[in-house]
This record gives sequence, C-alpha cells and structure tokens, in this order.
Amino acid sequence: MALTTNQPVTRDQAKVMNRYDITKRMLTYLHHDEAVIGGIGYSNFDLWAASESPNGRRQQNFYMLGSMGLAVPIALGVALAQPKRKVIALEGDGSILMQLAALGTVAARDQKNLTIVILDNGAYQITGGQKTLTDQGVDIVAVAKASGLEQSAWAADESAFEEMIERAMKEDGPWLIGCRIDTNKPVDTTERDPSRIRDQFMRGMGVKK
Amino acid sequence: MSDGAPERAWYEIVRDVLKQHDVSLIPYVPDNVLRPLIELLEADPFFNAFSVAREEEGLGITAGAWMAGTRAILLMQTSGFATLANQLASLSVPFQIPTMMIVSERGTLGEFNIGQMLVARTMRPVLDCLAIEHHTVTRLDEVEFIFDRSIRQAVATLGPVCFILSPLLTGGKVFAK
Ligand SMILES: Cc1ncc(C[n+]2csc(CCOP(=O)(O)OP(=O)(O)O)c2C)c(N)n1
Repeated sequence: MALTTNQPVTRDQAKVMNRYDITKRMLTYLHHDEAVIGGIGYSNFDLWAASESPNGRRQQNFYMLGSMGLAVPIALGVALAQPKRKVIALEGDGSILMQLAALGTVAARDQKNLTIVILDNGAYQITGGQKTLTDQGVDIVAVAKASGLEQSAWAADESAFEEMIERAMKEDGPWLIGCRIDTNKPVDTTERDPSRIRDQFMRGMGVKK
Repeated sequence: MSDGAPERAWYEIVRDVLKQHDVSLIPYVPDNVLRPLIELLEADPFFNAFSVAREEEGLGITAGAWMAGTRAILLMQTSGFATLANQLASLSVPFQIPTMMIVSERGTLGEFNIGQMLVARTMRPVLDCLAIEHHTVTRLDEVEFIFDRSIRQAVATLGPVCFILSPLLTGGKVFAK
C-alpha cells in the first residue's frame, strides 16, 4: 500500500491542520500547470486566497459556487479529457458525503492522473458549523478504500501531507489524501463571477488562447 | 431512404451525429429505452461510455470534460433529469457550460407508473425556467437535423441543450408482465 507504508494513521491520530496552510503547501508542489478543482464551502475560498501571487492568480484553478458535491466529478471530467495533466479535487467532508459514489466512479475508471484531497473539519463550516457524519464515525479514507481507491490515507501531519502530494504529482494514482483541518475562518472570499472563473480555467487548461 | 440506402434507426443516427461533432465522452444512468444507444456507443471505440451512480455526477464529469476540451453528453431518463435542477442552475447555466443531455421520456403516451408520470411533469418547467434549449424528438426524419443543429448551437452559444426522446420516436416502454 503505497501511501501508508511508513506511518499509517487513523483519523483520530491525524493532526488537525489548517486549511489555508495546507492548501498553500500543496500549491508549492504544482510545477506542471496541474488543474485544481475547489469544492463549495471554504475549500475554494482558501484555494482562491492561497493562489494569489505577484504575477496574478493561478489560472488552472476552478472554483465551484454551487453544485455541492461535484468537485470530484468535475475533476474526473478534466482528468479524462487531459490524461497527461495531473488533476486535484479539493473537497470538504460535508460535500463528499453528498456524492460518495463519485469515489467508486474514479476507482472504476482507474483514473491515474487524479488526486482527491479531502479537507475534513467534521463540520458544515460555511453554514454555521453543524456536525457532519465524519464527526460521528464516518471515516472518508476507509470509505474511499472500500470504494476501490486503494491509495488512500490520512495525512499524519503537514510534512506527511507534503510527502503525499509530492508523490501523487509524480506517480500514478488515483490517490486520496485525508486531511483533518481546524475550523478557522478562510483567509479570503472567492470572487463570485462564474463566467470569468470558467474562462480563466479554460485558458489555464490550454483550451482557449 | 429513397436512394435505397438502408434506413438507420434513431440510435444509429444519434451515434453518427455525436461522432460528427466529436462528442465522445458518454456518462449515463441507464434506461431501458436507451439500451440500444448505450450498447452501440459502448461497442464503438470512438466513444468512452460508462455508467455513473447518479446523474449529478455525470453532469459534473461532462462539465469538467468540456472545460478541458472534450465534448460529452449525459444520457438518462426523465426521473434522472429531475435530480439535476440544482446542478444546472448553479453550474451549467451561470458558468456558461454547454451541458448536453439526452433524456428518454417516460411518463407519457402509455405510462403505467404514476411516479414516472408525475416526475415527468417537472421536466419542461425546469428547462423553461432556466431558459435551457430543449427539443422533443418525435420522428425519425427529424433526428439528424435536431441533433446536428442543436449541438452546433450549444457549442456556439455556450448554452446547455436537452434532447427529449419521445415514445413516438423510440416506442417508449409499455407495461409488460
Ligand atoms: C445541495 C446543497 N445543499 C446544501 C447547500 C448549503 N451548503 C453550502 S456549503 C455547505 C457546507 C459544505 O460543507 P463542507 O464541504 O464540509 O465544507 P466547509 O463548509 O466545512 O468548508 C452547505 C450545506 C448547498 N449549497 N447545496
């Protein structure tokens, strides 16, 4: 089992990290215009915040403004269309709980260029912090494994997360990385301009010039 | 047809038009009426056709594929379409993604299941209130024109399109013990 050979941890043992911090760390391992699909909730807010740079914002990001649960399917569509590009779905626990079968679909397609990062704060944070099922016993990594995503594991801490992402960007997936995160507020708010988001993303994907 | 060429079935025409327009990715949730089309697409190496667990998932896949340069169409039945209002309203329409859909129409012209009949009545109001282009295909001789023109239009205008396959075209599904 590729991801967990060194230090497998359970959800309970995994360190509670910060969403903005690990999103920022994740982006430092992207050197080949990898696509990142940010799910609804605060997942895409911190992706937006972390993608700010002096040269403008990263174009290869897509920010969902609705369609709760579709980060993984959208990422799968991108991955199917561009098998040479690595694609990351950044999804919250509340959101993936709404579309669990998408994990099985990724496994069934054996989508080698796809990585799923689950940001698990045990809450529907953006709607007021109500508990999700992951705070009541559901383990997304275990669900992923049972869905056929063998290369699924919890990140023990920040350095384990970095190791996993680095590996996922080099070797064949599909991968799923579970991250426990705190309930700190996101650093910024995504600009709600859907046609601009789509246009930028298509340029980032080389589909539009 | 008058030139003696064998008449193509509706699903053969659909396959040919999809191919002409390079629509190659086909997520679907199956339906009995769609079976011959699904079988045709799965047998043809040009297409990548596979079942998904929910229509919503299929819509997400087609949206991602479009933005990354691959054309896709989602196949489903009327009850499946009824699960998509939120995804159409919060993804396809505002992001200007030309989501293409084929819906085999249940709920009319001999329906035997009251649930199918009722859910079918929600379909056109949802399409209309989101101003989504839709066509009900009833005759073999109009299949090619409707699909060809509407796929062009969807791509050119970045608007979703829904093809509703009437029992008048497909024969539909009738009660059988
Ligand atoms: C179908 C649907 N149901 C409910 C909502 C309301 N809603 C928006 S975001 C959200 C919570 C998302 O939770 P999670 O993915 O865990 O992200 P977090 O808010 O914790 O960042 C909910 C319930 C919605 N947008 N769509």
